[in-house]
Amino acid sequence: MTEFGRASIHTATLAGTSTVPVEVQADVGLGLPCFHIVGMADAAVLEARQRVRSAIKAAGYRFPNASVVVNLAPAPLRKHGTGFDLPVATAILVATGQLSARALDGCALVGELSLSGRIEPVAGLLAHACAARDTGRTLVGPPDLMAYSGVLPDLTVRAASHISQIAHPTAEECDPHDLEPLGNTLQPDMAEVVGQAMAKRTLEVAAAGGHNLLMLGPPGSGKSMLARRLPGLLPPLGMEQRLQTALVHSVAGLGESAALQGVRPFREPHHTCTAAGMVGGGSPPRPGEASLAHNGVLFLDELTHFGPAVLQSLRQPLEDGFVTLVRAQGRVRYPSRFSLVAAANPCPCGYLGDGDRSCECAPASVIRYRDRIGGPLLDRIDMSIRVDRVDPSLLVTEQAEEASSKIASRVMAAHLRALERGGQNSELSGSDLLAVCGLNSRSQRTLVTLAKHTAASGRAITRVLRVARTIADLEGTDLVASEHLEEAFGYRVTDRGVLG
Amino acid sequence: MDKKEVGVRGENAACAYLERQGMTIVERNWRCKAGEIDIIALDGESLVLVEVKTRKSERKGTPEEAVSPTKQKRIARCANAYLQVAGVEECPVRFDVIAIRVLGEEKALLRHHKAAFEVQ
Repeated sequence: MTEFGRASIHTATLAGTSTVPVEVQADVGLGLPCFHIVGMADAAVLEARQRVRSAIKAAGYRFPNASVVVNLAPAPLRKHGTGFDLPVATAILVATGQLSARALDGCALVGELSLSGRIEPVAGLLAHACAARDTGRTLVGPPDLMAYSGVLPDLTVRAASHISQIAHPTAEECDPHDLEPLGNTLQPDMAEVVGQAMAKRTLEVAAAGGHNLLMLGPPGSGKSMLARRLPGLLPPLGMEQRLQTALVHSVAGLGESAALQGVRPFREPHHTCTAAGMVGGGSPPRPGEASLAHNGVLFLDELTHFGPAVLQSLRQPLEDGFVTLVRAQGRVRYPSRFSLVAAANPCPCGYLGDGDRSCECAPASVIRYRDRIGGPLLDRIDMSIRVDRVDPSLLVTEQAEEASSKIASRVMAAHLRALERGGQNSELSGSDLLAVCGLNSRSQRTLVTLAKHTAASGRAITRVLRVARTIADLEGTDLVASEHLEEAFGYRVTDRGVLG
Repeated sequence: MDKKEVGVRGENAACAYLERQGMTIVERNWRCKAGEIDIIALDGESLVLVEVKTRKSERKGTPEEAVSPTKQKRIARCANAYLQVAGVEECPVRFDVIAIRVLGEEKALLRHHKAAFEVQ
């Protein structure tokens, strides 16, 4: 005969890249046989009933022929996802006396169940692991949890591959995520790009200071090829950054192992991307491309073809380093600190300013085309350059080009100098910026002259100073000199009205 | 053999089968506003509410398929009414389905689905 009783099990539901604790309460008692789940559960949680019933039977336990009511507390909080399968099933097993409550003391459970009772991973497993580490609970879940022992050394896990093992797990060993930095071995190498010395130098500066970059040039000049090689120049991710990036990827249901190994994300959304796809959205909310590029590179090819709303939605992450989605159900925040690399043609036909082909666009259409990017976004871009087609004679001759690893070592040295001062140059502002630049009277004169000459705004001058600071870091000098400023002003083609 | 007769003979056969299984028949064709419960029986301590479905051919599907979600809901409502009338609310309850497929004049297949469904 069925034993009646109550039980409660700890689990959590995702909110942004963190979790909110949820208590699964089961009440098995007399009454007409039924199986209800209450507490603002979405469709995926309600479907848990079928999986839980099959899994319990498949594991050799009995599913009670009684009134089964499961409550997910706090009841007003919306719950979504399949991670409730395991806690719900376990709560029922404890309530019916088939599992001892003591075996699960101080534990939090998470996992999806297959019909045969196998425990499967869920999106955001890493977020659950972080929460368990912070609350000091043992996390019971799929064997994939074993992989986190490297990144979360304080976390205690009890991994089980099947629901019948949760009290006494005998899970097969799962390799901890390899933390050896894979570094940039997976990234395409700069040595494959012929010529383009100026663009390569710009990428080096952008990588060293974390600056945003806009490349303008005719079709086929290698803008995309250059952009894809930026991640290979960036310094490897630190431990905390790896965890933060991996969290976003985990929550989005993507593989987190690359981020945990220190590989910088490179996201390249198509220009038909929607605002929800770019900064996140949907129900339940999912992180967008801007968050998936956290601590990496967001590359927008054909910038002018992106929807205006999509481009404007990037203003908050560019400014603050995170995205806040406010919806009727509540608000979530995703980290979103990325280097923006954008590429565009200078005009609709693409050949404005090209030495060999003449542009066929009407001046008015060129202005309309430029306006699509919008001033506020351009304001947030530190460096803009022209990338022109490579001389065909260079393409056919064997050129020894510098490898990414060599450039990366210079970038690393400059990056470390910036870190010693307290942070990335792209985040410097106001008096801090002036203080770290240490301009002398000569360089001050250069700055004023160049700023007047290019009619630079206050914001533009700030950008120039940041870039100049990075150039000085690459050179290994403490003071920003005139030549650094001159070079930095060179990376401002959008200010000079010389897009073409 | 008309439709009604098929049903009644099926229910008789089901009763005989349940008694052979050691159950006690409490009610037959118990009616309320919400509908009807074919057989109410006691299996040890638990109250068993049985829906019997008899079919002569499977042209319209198996007898089990005829116990649709709508029908299950109706039976569940009846069950509530019965438990109140009989004053046995504190007792384990089970919904069984007995499916009978008539094969010939004195031949039929009987399938007994214990705890076949529950309240939605």
